[in-house]
Amino acid sequence: MSQREWENPQAVAIPKDSNNWEMGRYGPVWPKTPACYGFTVIARVKPGKAETLRNYGHIITKALQGSPHVLAPLKLHYLRWVLFDNDTRFMYQGIFDTDFDKYTEDAIALFTATGINTAFENLEGFPEDWKTNKDGFIKFIRDHQCPSFMEYGEYPFVSSDEIKKALKLKAAFSEMLDQMQ
Amino acid sequence: MLELEDIQHYLLTRPKASIARYNFMSFRTAESGRKWLEAMMDTVGTVHSVNNGTETDMRWVTIAFTFNGLRKMGVDEVSLATFPEAFRQGMAARAAMFGDTGENHPDHWEDNITSPDLHAVVILFARDAEECERCIQRHQEYIDLSPGVEILSSVHLEPVPPFDYIHEHFGYRDRITYMSIEGMDIEPTPGSLPASKPGEFFLGYPDETGVIPIMPQPEILTKNGSFLGYRKMQEHVGRFRDFLKANGKTEEEQELVAAKMMGRWRKSGAPLVLCPHKDDPAIGYDDQRNNNFDYEKMDPHGYACPLGAHVRRMNVRDNRISQIMNRRLMIRRGGTYGPALPEGAPEDGANRGVAVFGGCADLTRQFEFLVSVWATDPEFHELNEKDPFIGNHDGTFDMVIPNRPIKKKLKTLPAFTTVKGGAYFFLPGLKGLRYLASLGK
Repeated sequence: MSQREWENPQAVAIPKDSNNWEMGRYGPVWPKTPACYGFTVIARVKPGKAETLRNYGHIITKALQGSPHVLAPLKLHYLRWVLFDNDTRFMYQGIFDTDFDKYTEDAIALFTATGINTAFENLEGFPEDWKTNKDGFIKFIRDHQCPSFMEYGEYPFVSSDEIKKALKLKAAFSEMLDQMQ
Repeated sequence: MLELEDIQHYLLTRPKASIARYNFMSFRTAESGRKWLEAMMDTVGTVHSVNNGTETDMRWVTIAFTFNGLRKMGVDEVSLATFPEAFRQGMAARAAMFGDTGENHPDHWEDNITSPDLHAVVILFARDAEECERCIQRHQEYIDLSPGVEILSSVHLEPVPPFDYIHEHFGYRDRITYMSIEGMDIEPTPGSLPASKPGEFFLGYPDETGVIPIMPQPEILTKNGSFLGYRKMQEHVGRFRDFLKANGKTEEEQELVAAKMMGRWRKSGAPLVLCPHKDDPAIGYDDQRNNNFDYEKMDPHGYACPLGAHVRRMNVRDNRISQIMNRRLMIRRGGTYGPALPEGAPEDGANRGVAVFGGCADLTRQFEFLVSVWATDPEFHELNEKDPFIGNHDGTFDMVIPNRPIKKKLKTLPAFTTVKGGAYFFLPGLKGLRYLASLGK
């Protein structure tokens, strides 16, 4: 990333598919955009399971209150979980600083620890043996991934670590100025 | 319980051998391959045979097969399809993922290693040069008995001087950390992870998730087996020594630069975290101390051991980066090939380097992750760097040495190594080998 690329917001159009995409260990890797990395997984909810899924909002909130940094290896920016079409469909949207392919096994381990994978059991097509069937889990994600065709970043390519560093520095300077009074 | 009488010795013990020969084999017909394997069976080493080896005992042989080799031996297509994707594709086909481009591209690899007719590797161990010659002769006799079996190529490994410590051509001490596996009665050294579940390295056992992962079929072939990732890397010693001289005015400064790149002092292997300014051989040679550190608590900013140093990349010791370090392990074997470059001598262009095997149960999760993500991904730790030794350098990457008040930079690292070969092998247990030898009967 060049020195001040973050100063100007950027948008990028993403082709539907490409032969030029980098090959990861488990398949093609969608390129990094000004909105970093991410995925949008859309799946059907198992009949009658919408409320169980909705309740995971509370379960995961609690899990994170217990250990707020548990998802650190995934370098997450944002997560949005949505039930739509009269609660028959579920969308999982995540924005990360790491691409899914590189840290797949870390993701599986962390999702297990926070109960996220158990939430997915309420989705049609999610492998029942996901605990031992890593390839099945990855296939589910890739099969249900809906790639973006356009992404926008207000501070392009900036990682969540960089943002936190900048905020810490700002706070430190502020304190320094106070101490010099 | 590990079935020690069935598992080949290769990943579990080191024979008392200083010399090894890798013979890469090709079989013209399934029958010739099976005949050769049948003849070799008695020489394949297990933990038991290696630990009790005598002067004239040649039971230190290790045999492993490529995917094409399993097919050539007659494993059926239905079973072959159950083997993992990476192993089926072969390493050369996945080169782009490793960053094996330019000079590292498989088109430039040696030893016919990318030949579709590479079927197996046999590793012969020997105590000394004389015994090595004897083993090579014996092996040739077996080959002569099986027409249709040929040696595609060989790599000869032996230690390089000075012989007072085990090291590779750049002079770094090697074989410091080692895996301990439940059931092997080897206590992990202080600072190491707890002993690994056997399933991290051997098929048919529970791994760190607590369950037995799905095995390729048939079970008689794959139980007690492992996968091996092989990499042959030429080491450009002159270039490395010039780099040290360019970045350090005194010998002391140069040793510090060498240490900062690796994460451990060159001669003693003492970790920088425990002795950041001066080498301390007492720590380096004390197994109770040389692994007893972490980065997350003891060196979070990398002031002692830079974030991008080789040993810190290969073993992150930091929960902020990975909480599944116990699933990113591999057992490393191998050694140096080619003549030593004497200290002070100019680069002579000789072919010298290291040939290594990384053993694990899941090539993609373990071997491929370490090489393609932690070694070569510029986004590791958001450093915009690559591993100083095994990252595919093109002269455009720097390496930051965190320092107070101002960080230092080693600028535009050249490529100190070039990948000259690579392949994936399956290392069966003894029952698996007998199964292969018996196919077609």
